[in-house]
Amino acid sequence: MRIDGKGRVDRTRPVTYSFDGVTRTGLAGDTLASALMAEGELLLGRSFKYHRPRGVLTAGSEEPNALVTVRTGAQADPNTRATVQELYEGLTAVSQNRWPSLDFDLLAVNNLAAPFLGAGFYYKTFMWPKAFWEKLYEPMIRRAAGLGALSGAHDPDRYERAFAFCDVLVIGGGPAGLMAAWAAAKTGADVILCCEEPEPGGRLLSEDEQIEGRPALDWVQETVALLATRDNVRIMTRTTVTGAFDQGTYGALERVAGHLPEADGLPLECFWRIAARRAVLAAGALERHVAFRDNDRPGVMMAGAMRAYLHRWGVVPGQSVAVFGNNDDAHRTARDMAHAGVDVVALIDSRHDAENRAGDVPFYPGWQVARAHGGKALEAITLRAPNGRHEKLAVQGLGVSGGWNPSVHLTCHTGARPVWRDDIAAFVPRDGAVPGLSVAGAARGTFDTSGCLRDGAEAGLEAAQALGFSGALPHLPQADASPYRLRRLWAVAGKGRAWLDFQNDVTVKDVKQAAAENYVSVEHMKRYTTQGMATDQGKSSNVAALAILADATGRDIPETGTTTFRPPYSPVAIAALGAGAQGMGFAPQRFTTSHKASVAMGAPMIEAGLWYRPSYFPRKGETHWRHSCDREVTMVREAVGICDVSTLGKIDLQGRDVGAFLDFVYTNTFSTLKPGRVRYGLMLREDGHVMDDGTTARLSDKHWVMTTTTAAAGEVMRHLDWVKQAFCREMDVRFISVTEQWAQFAVAGPNSRALLNGLLDSPVDDESFPFMQCGPVTVGGVEARLFRISFSGEYAYELAVPARYGASLFDLLVARAEGMGGGAYGMEALNVLRIEKGHITHSEIHGRVTAFDIGFARMVSGKKDCIGKALAARPGLNEDREELVGLRPVSAGHLIAGGHLFGEGAEPVSANDQGYVTSVGYSPAMGCDLGLGFLRNGRARHGEKLRLVDHLRGVDIVVQVTDPVAFDPEGGRLRG
Amino acid sequence: MRIPCPICGTRDRREFYYQGAASMLDRPAAEAPLEVWHDYLHLRDNPAGGTRDLWYHASGCGSWLVVERDTVTHEVLGAALVEACDAD
Amino acid sequence: MVELNALSACDGLLPVEHGRLTLREETLGAITSLAPFKGQGKALSAALQAAHGVGFPAPNRMEVSGDVACVWTGRDQAFLLGPQPDAGLGAMAAVTDQSDAWAVVLLSGEGAEDVLARLVPVDLRPAAFPLHAAVRTELGHMAVSIMRIEAGLRIMAFRSMAATLVHELSDAMAAVEARRRLS
Repeated sequence: MRIDGKGRVDRTRPVTYSFDGVTRTGLAGDTLASALMAEGELLLGRSFKYHRPRGVLTAGSEEPNALVTVRTGAQADPNTRATVQELYEGLTAVSQNRWPSLDFDLLAVNNLAAPFLGAGFYYKTFMWPKAFWEKLYEPMIRRAAGLGALSGAHDPDRYERAFAFCDVLVIGGGPAGLMAAWAAAKTGADVILCCEEPEPGGRLLSEDEQIEGRPALDWVQETVALLATRDNVRIMTRTTVTGAFDQGTYGALERVAGHLPEADGLPLECFWRIAARRAVLAAGALERHVAFRDNDRPGVMMAGAMRAYLHRWGVVPGQSVAVFGNNDDAHRTARDMAHAGVDVVALIDSRHDAENRAGDVPFYPGWQVARAHGGKALEAITLRAPNGRHEKLAVQGLGVSGGWNPSVHLTCHTGARPVWRDDIAAFVPRDGAVPGLSVAGAARGTFDTSGCLRDGAEAGLEAAQALGFSGALPHLPQADASPYRLRRLWAVAGKGRAWLDFQNDVTVKDVKQAAAENYVSVEHMKRYTTQGMATDQGKSSNVAALAILADATGRDIPETGTTTFRPPYSPVAIAALGAGAQGMGFAPQRFTTSHKASVAMGAPMIEAGLWYRPSYFPRKGETHWRHSCDREVTMVREAVGICDVSTLGKIDLQGRDVGAFLDFVYTNTFSTLKPGRVRYGLMLREDGHVMDDGTTARLSDKHWVMTTTTAAAGEVMRHLDWVKQAFCREMDVRFISVTEQWAQFAVAGPNSRALLNGLLDSPVDDESFPFMQCGPVTVGGVEARLFRISFSGEYAYELAVPARYGASLFDLLVARAEGMGGGAYGMEALNVLRIEKGHITHSEIHGRVTAFDIGFARMVSGKKDCIGKALAARPGLNEDREELVGLRPVSAGHLIAGGHLFGEGAEPVSANDQGYVTSVGYSPAMGCDLGLGFLRNGRARHGEKLRLVDHLRGVDIVVQVTDPVAFDPEGGRLRG
Repeated sequence: MRIPCPICGTRDRREFYYQGAASMLDRPAAEAPLEVWHDYLHLRDNPAGGTRDLWYHASGCGSWLVVERDTVTHEVLGAALVEACDAD
Repeated sequence: MVELNALSACDGLLPVEHGRLTLREETLGAITSLAPFKGQGKALSAALQAAHGVGFPAPNRMEVSGDVACVWTGRDQAFLLGPQPDAGLGAMAAVTDQSDAWAVVLLSGEGAEDVLARLVPVDLRPAAFPLHAAVRTELGHMAVSIMRIEAGLRIMAFRSMAATLVHELSDAMAAVEARRRLS
């Protein structure tokens, strides 16, 4: 119910929303939880395991119970905490974990079976018979498992990521955080203030306090206004710092559009990576429960939360309430509720010597609440007097406080453990837990507002000073300095189930049972009972659970220890973490200059690393890719073909020592290469295996250009930098990638020279431009480079022009080629052409092969050292290896890459494995499939027949071993 | 994680490529015994505490760095160029 | 004689506008990588100064003189932007034509830094990244060179990635504009 004159909601602005299909009205400024409480709706969900009716327990992001699914269809967002979901016009929310309805839930039958469902139930029950697991147990558990459900549809919402930088990051917008930000900002330091709530103020939003003799929120507003005027301060509201990482990197989740009816181009959430030179953690504290029988009835909530609902939203759970606590702070709830006109029927303080600080309310020092009554709503509580007598009181709401736990989470994210403080019966951060992070206010156990203000000011100033900024401590406003005293009480003794972890349905008895079954390590207890393992990560239950474990095992709490706090502090959608990593953000698309023309010609584009390359160029009447591929291969062999080879890596090397450098990088010698000539080179990794291959041209005495494979271009560049910087410091060499500068096209086939001579400003001939020659040419006045190299094994050239002319040149080349009975060819034809010639690609040099394996052992020069040479010579890499061979089918059926080779009579099992197939293609020239592969001692086995088996794809054929070079083995064609 | 590149300044880890132990700098002589090469290629310390790693500032200046850090505290203690710039 | 037509890297992609933010392609003339040889840094800088009026830039900086700029792009490497390089530079440095290798775009308008804060892991706010500051970094997964000139923030990315560059920037521009509408 709503209380007149209370709360920060706008009573002039009603907001329509729906919950479980019922249209309702709340107020601007409400959360979903407060709006429902205003209408007397306390039942918000069903618990995970027993499907017990549950209501709101807290007023913040730590909420374990009130999880709902907001929005609908593909946009549905499960496990949204009703306590932080701001109300907006048209909000749609439904409750979870119930069927058919929240009010009547069939799986609540689990609750009746509770005696059988205790800790370790799954481990003990679903064991036998073994055959039941797959068919029965697993499907059954899967159906019941999980909180909420995803739509299964593609998420249409926009998410965002962003980077931010600051001198001082202040985490938390309460009194300590505001003072820290102010103190740091005054020194001129660049400050980011992150505040989880829609507005700064922190706990002051939920209290009736004064600062400097005026309402505390006046001070908050003034301070925020001061901060907002400064250029060096950035206030980020609705932003939760979720993780502390190395070197001052923090993750923060900003909720951007989740409170708006229409996103209008905004992301739902933005995940920030904040690099802060220093940080102040002022994240406050979270209240904890006291376990007693049926303490989970809707209407039982944290005492501080009850106060928050009153002061922030002007709502209370009912006409009559009681408050139960073990500390002074709980008294504030009784006091404030009574002031607001609510009937406070009892203030129960478990401390027998407590003094009543709530004014004129019935006071029960030394009493405890033994039980809550009711089903879907709290109806009454049973009190137990110090002498054991019981008394039952009718109430609609009960505020409970077992004390406050400082929010130490972030201080533990890089591995530190918190420290136990006996006086407040809570863990506090360890000093220096995260380098550069200091802690202020309630987060380190300073609970009074006056102390928080001082703490924050000191921490903020100290952080700025550590960075070389100077300033004085700001004026410390007068504020409440009431002491916070408590006497620990974790659970009220008695029968029945007393709940610790509301979200995972873990009771006091479960923890004791874990201890009895010797799960005495807190980490084991956690996993055995699942305490603290739900989406709230046990924020309100961890300390009580381990205190009970400590008691059950006869140890103290520090000795028992805590489980590990890991990021994120509160749940972060995977969509937010991965924001920006879909589509082009996942991987940039690299387009060649011929891309548009290829697409226009109908070529299906395939990915080659980040590049897109044409698969084949279909022509009229061709109904299968093989038709196009066969035609393109024949075209190259009989006329002329054009292929964009710009994607190969090109590295420009200059300096007097390039030859020596290349000698060290390549296995073969380059320093002897004459200007104007090109040589094929093989590169090893230091472990002796092949890294990459390609041609390198010496353009002039000190100017070279290396080509790499498309796949390894980046790796080779990094490798060259490594070799130069680590091992060739005395050499004068400079290199830079020119892959993007040049558009390069293969012109291959018997008519290639004729075609080129129709384009080049000065014609070339075999004498001036023999095989493996390179040199400058001009095309239409444009300076270009011509290379007489061939991957297809045909008489061929590669022509390179500055990329701006690439599209134009491609069009010309293709048009000319088509006029000569040729045309463009794609990756499929390129692959067949090179398989016919036994030329390798990364299908063959896949990382596990040596120069010996591919028959290039002689390319490892004996006259010089090179990367990989020493280890290529080690035992096992040069004998009894799987060697490169050619393969042809003998029986019916097709070759298949990935298939394995076996002796003809051998059973096709791994023990008999003789090798495998790496590449296959249909050769129109040879009239059959051709393959390349690796076969144990294969070079000595040409002519042998083997079984090629692929169990996955059901292939089992007979093949014959051949030389890898199937077509024109003498190489006469490429020389012309 | 942030790495202080001696040339570019402190940058986010995503700009760097991680290679491994800095012992890869101590390349044996070509004629060194196989055991020495084997140690160089395969054997690594796994210290709890100070460690020296190779990182490549792939998206920055293109320098290879030796980064000293502490595997227990996650502190980055410093970074040095594998090869000083030699134009000056 | 045949005729080859030139196309710019962002042909058909730009300009793009979102509210107060604009993204357009820049034509810089020649882009030439200069990598001074061993011990040649000072000599190169002097020769550059004499020939083109700019010195060799310090890391993370660019030198500017009228239409000529020289921007730092890596260890012992800078790009001369604008003129055809003086032939004499080749004696002191590896001189490599990069004129066609880059998509060069200019992001301008209020909030340009906020756009790049969604894509680039470097602090590009004016205080940290003033006029004529220059960095090599990444934009999404793309290697880029970013510099602040009077007109705004200039971004150079590989030519082949122009479509992705424009897409990512345009997307972030729209998001920043949406935030502005909210506030």
